[in-house]
Amino acid sequence: MEMTEAIVKAASAIGAGIAMIAGIGPGIGQGYAAGKAAEAVGRQPEAKGEVTSTMLFGCAVAESTGIYSLVVAMILLFANPLI
Amino acid sequence: MNVRGPKILFEIPVLGGIPITETILNGWIVVAVVTIFCFILGRNLSTRNPSKRQMLAEKAVTMLRDLVKTTMGEHNLFFLPYVGALFSYSILSSMMGIFGLRAPTGDINTTVAFALIAFFLIQFYGIKNNGLGGWLKGFIEPVPFMLPLNLVGELANPISMAFRHFGNIASGIVITILIYGALAGLSRIVLGWIPVIGSIPFLQVGIPAFLSLYFDLFSSFLQAYIISMLTMVYVGNANEAPSVSE
Repeated sequence: MEMTEAIVKAASAIGAGIAMIAGIGPGIGQGYAAGKAAEAVGRQPEAKGEVTSTMLFGCAVAESTGIYSLVVAMILLFANPLI
Repeated sequence: MNVRGPKILFEIPVLGGIPITETILNGWIVVAVVTIFCFILGRNLSTRNPSKRQMLAEKAVTMLRDLVKTTMGEHNLFFLPYVGALFSYSILSSMMGIFGLRAPTGDINTTVAFALIAFFLIQFYGIKNNGLGGWLKGFIEPVPFMLPLNLVGELANPISMAFRHFGNIASGIVITILIYGALAGLSRIVLGWIPVIGSIPFLQVGIPAFLSLYFDLFSSFLQAYIISMLTMVYVGNANEAPSVSE
């Protein structure tokens, strides 16, 4: 019985690590958005405030997939339903 | 602070014991601070010679009012108090990490409450503006085959709102605790061989301040802005401007 639990715990830890691979997606997306925002500011420096707030809003919405993976990882580590 | 979630501090012995967690207690502190702050800012207003305090209050209210007006439209201006309350509660509770308290928004229950209010407002205005039949019909458009997709889409909004805010603040808490632990271990390795000084985790001084700058100030402002913005956008879409009949 102890062996089963140990295997479940180890697999949960590995699973939490694998779940966080999803962080790649928002990273690429936010980097792309920030790059485009920098381009836009370079082209129109007077619209800096508006571009920045739009970019931050878009970045935060794009972040949600990364946050889902974080929630999955945190459930696996701290509130594991399998044990 | 604890990685695993808010501690239960004590229980109110009615209805089988209502547990009072750190989240609830810190939420009460935030409510008290916001109330006192608003009370102080709103006293002794005058049109003739406004004080600096009144200028500050007017500036804040005007900025918020313009934001609500541009996002939701003129006819939705009565949401201004709710958006202001949401923003100030969210930003102050996320910033509690500065004082070493656990942020109430780092608990999923708080953010789910925010998201549920937005969800019920959206459904309420959907029914009010389209009628019950029109609201139900909206789920089988454009074709009845789309019903499950529409239902999932409707439920995904509050879930993603709640998880986004919770995840950002909770990840800040977890990362801060992990860094503190790592710095304690590191300082034990560096100076652990000296008898008395070795027991002081000297690396914990100063270095976490940079983390706090990002997680407690920047991230909490951003998340407060985003949850109020999303609430405004969704509710504003559900309550469109009434068409002018001639």
